[in-house]
Amino acid sequence: MSVTDYTPTIDTGGPAQPLLTVNHLRKYFPVRGGILGRTQAQVQAVDGVSFAVAKGETLGIVGESGCGKSTTAKLLIGLTEKDAGEIIFDGHALGERLSLKDLRRSVQMVFQDSYATLNPRMTILASVAFGARVQGLEDPEGLARKMMDRVGLDPNRFAHRYPHELSGGQRQRVNIARALAMSPRLVVLDEAVSALDKSVEAQVLNLLSDLRAEFGLTYIFISHDLNVVRYISDRILVMYLGEVVEIAPVDSIWQEQAHPYTRSLFSAMPSMDPDNRTQTPPLAGDPPNPIDPPKGCRFHTRCRFASDVCKAKTPSLAGLARNQAHQVACHLYDSTSGHPQAGQGIPA
Amino acid sequence: MALSETPVEIAAEPAPVASPQGYWSGVGARLLRDPLTMICLGVVALLILSAVFAPWLGLADPYKGSMIARLKPIGTEGHILGTDEQGRDMLARLIYGGRLTLFIGLTPVVLAFFIGGALGVVAGYVGGFVNTIIMRTVDVFFAFPSVLLAIAISGALGAGIVNSLVSLTIVFIPPITRVAEAVTSGVRALDYIDAARATGANALTVIRVHVIGNVLSPIFVYATSLTSVCMILAAGLSFLGIGVRPPEPEWGLMLNTLRSAIYVNPWLSALPGVMIFITSLCLNLLSDGLRSAMNVRD
Amino acid sequence: MLSYLIRRLILVLPVAFGVSVICFLLVQIAPGDPLTAIMPVDATADEQAAMRAAYGLDKPLPVQYAIWIGNLVQGDMGKSIATGRPVAAEVFGAVKNSLLLAVSAAVIAFPIGIFLGFLAGYFQGTWIDRAVTAVSIMGVSVPNYWLGIVLVIIFSVNLGWLPSMGAGPGGSSAWEWDWLHMRHLVLPAVTLAVVPIGIVSRTVRALAGDILTQDFVQALYAKGMSRVDVLRHVARNAAATALSVMGLQLGYLLGGSILIETVFNWPGSGFLLSNAIFQRDLPLLQGTILVLALFFVAMNLIVDVAQAAIDPRIQRT
Repeated sequence: MSVTDYTPTIDTGGPAQPLLTVNHLRKYFPVRGGILGRTQAQVQAVDGVSFAVAKGETLGIVGESGCGKSTTAKLLIGLTEKDAGEIIFDGHALGERLSLKDLRRSVQMVFQDSYATLNPRMTILASVAFGARVQGLEDPEGLARKMMDRVGLDPNRFAHRYPHELSGGQRQRVNIARALAMSPRLVVLDEAVSALDKSVEAQVLNLLSDLRAEFGLTYIFISHDLNVVRYISDRILVMYLGEVVEIAPVDSIWQEQAHPYTRSLFSAMPSMDPDNRTQTPPLAGDPPNPIDPPKGCRFHTRCRFASDVCKAKTPSLAGLARNQAHQVACHLYDSTSGHPQAGQGIPA
Repeated sequence: MALSETPVEIAAEPAPVASPQGYWSGVGARLLRDPLTMICLGVVALLILSAVFAPWLGLADPYKGSMIARLKPIGTEGHILGTDEQGRDMLARLIYGGRLTLFIGLTPVVLAFFIGGALGVVAGYVGGFVNTIIMRTVDVFFAFPSVLLAIAISGALGAGIVNSLVSLTIVFIPPITRVAEAVTSGVRALDYIDAARATGANALTVIRVHVIGNVLSPIFVYATSLTSVCMILAAGLSFLGIGVRPPEPEWGLMLNTLRSAIYVNPWLSALPGVMIFITSLCLNLLSDGLRSAMNVRD
Repeated sequence: MLSYLIRRLILVLPVAFGVSVICFLLVQIAPGDPLTAIMPVDATADEQAAMRAAYGLDKPLPVQYAIWIGNLVQGDMGKSIATGRPVAAEVFGAVKNSLLLAVSAAVIAFPIGIFLGFLAGYFQGTWIDRAVTAVSIMGVSVPNYWLGIVLVIIFSVNLGWLPSMGAGPGGSSAWEWDWLHMRHLVLPAVTLAVVPIGIVSRTVRALAGDILTQDFVQALYAKGMSRVDVLRHVARNAAATALSVMGLQLGYLLGGSILIETVFNWPGSGFLLSNAIFQRDLPLLQGTILVLALFFVAMNLIVDVAQAAIDPRIQRT
């Protein structure tokens, strides 16, 4: 342990302290080109993202592809280096009292592509045990076998197989076992079930729920599938072009999507109920280029309610009058914004 | 597919035939089923073994000449492959000649494999400034055709075995570095490297455990494809007189000294070249066989 | 295209600089004193120091390099230690002969290589394919200096059809476009052509094979195009890659002809180089290698630009 003898896997702040707090996280990727390969522009992948995750909670992150969900995930475990912002884990800021290596023990990640995340030349057992070995835990192989057993893979049959000998669902269980073998407190699931068949997806989701209860885990669950996110999350965070536009408890957002973007995102969701047909038209066109995002509210180019103020001023996140826990970044809800319908919300 | 995913199915599904040794046993099995590659392997092994064990094969002294028995033709009694311009037994010299020729022909590739491989893996994994430094330097060496570079360095350093080894190693480091860099930066972008980094492992551990195993075979196959060129070049340096010094038996040098005999006993003078050709052909075919057995694509 | 051209030109500068550094260092790694060859045996210490100063050898290496480069851009590559003539004149005279040999070899090799490669790629998996593959693997495996000797044995010694030495009758090195001179070119050019035949046919085979199995070729057939038209499409797609391989081969032919020139006593740059090596004529060695390497760099540049002109996708990378 680097800075102090602090062990991140042990709760230090008590239940009231968020497990993870992210403040003003920013990541721009340079776009190089031209004669000398200078930086010509920057992709604003993640811009000023802030949120907190309580202990034991599951935070779902949704948004279109390219909105910065996966970059956020990679920033959280330091796979991508942040340009600015704070990552505070259980009261300890990364880079101050908390080293990257310690953070990586407490925060683990499960990726979307179950095959690509496993070394093709390594047996399942070796892959699962690798992290524990790196962290210097006792008996990494024993631990790995235990974890494989826990995620529903008989270690006697699967330990010495190679990734290509497993099905997609089995491989994703391996990835979960590998993450859990590090005894993390926070697991970031980046589209972890998206590539699986529907029936397998349900099993893996159930497994994740069980594991959360059993190990007292906290999840950040990233997905483009709203139904899946609803099923597993306590709160939902909506991202658009690298920014947070809405963050709310699952029931509240399901009842009423405050942000026009969230509303169109939800309306694009297929409904099983023929009486509950989509009323709002779905989003037109592609999201704007994140290299040169629109000024003001980034959604104004596609928003039906956009006015001049939306082009000029960036809205900030604020709680709704009816429910302070339901936060939205939209001028429609800010009575002082200067929007013609300020303070009224989306017209019915 | 979907059905086999239910937990019940996971438990009931018969275990597929596991391959405990995995990749390398598969490579071995594929090689054994490839007759041409096996023949070439046999020829190269025979050449190496006969060169190594030459003193115990009951051959004539490769250094002892005879003024009266010079340039005897192939098939002469007592000298099955004839004698050279100083009356030395050709068979003995050809077999002894394998020692230096193969040593100088193969060692540089082995050295370049380790040096260039390490440079390329580091450049590919670390990226950024380190990559720029290493790869731009490599680019400069690529501005020289390999023959020219080898002759330039050997020519400047002068003749000698060590000088030949040095110049040929320098010639083969850049291409191996380039291939290693390309393969490594490809692997570096894969998710399992991210997953490994996410465990908190340091760069060296990730390279050792996750990168090396996945970049080794393409780099290795590429290096084997250079052995034939290296053989030809090594013998070429001696042929020019800037490699091995007389009176050592070495195929390139023998080819050079026997040039004076092409009007007297032409086919005899071509013999050392036949050895170089056979070796280089077998090395090329062997490398091709390895490439397909290891499923390496260009 | 223009921006690509400029970018590519700028990228060449550091490479050319590196090449010049290596050529400069070649003299430094050479054992012994570069002046021993011309210094009188009984020179006193003072005379030696004076000589050293006259050649600028008493200055620190970077200064020596700067002086060398400064002279170089003015076309002054120093004087040959053996002949006393300017290196530039010696090298360019020899390079002309080497170029003649390299281009002749290319003229022989490229059409044959392309034809064989196409044949093999089009009839992939048949005996034609296997025969061409065998020829090309022999081509890249053969030590061409030995092949040269074998051709001399057959065509000069046994049949007496062609001369084995030099570039003209009576060892003259003045080239003329008549049979008396050209017959001297046949054997070295054919010998030199063997390796590129192997490489070009291998490349073209792979290209043609790949492209023929690609979706769009199937689509062309589906559109009802004739075989000849399909072949034309395939040819254009392969052209960019094939061109780059051939351009590099031409560079290799020039730089790699050293051994062949030695075999045939061809008065080219390789022959000059081996003379420079044996007379320890370091300025000549340095100059020859520099010119050959810079030619190769220029060849690379031309190939890249030509490739980008044929296949515009390359310009974006």
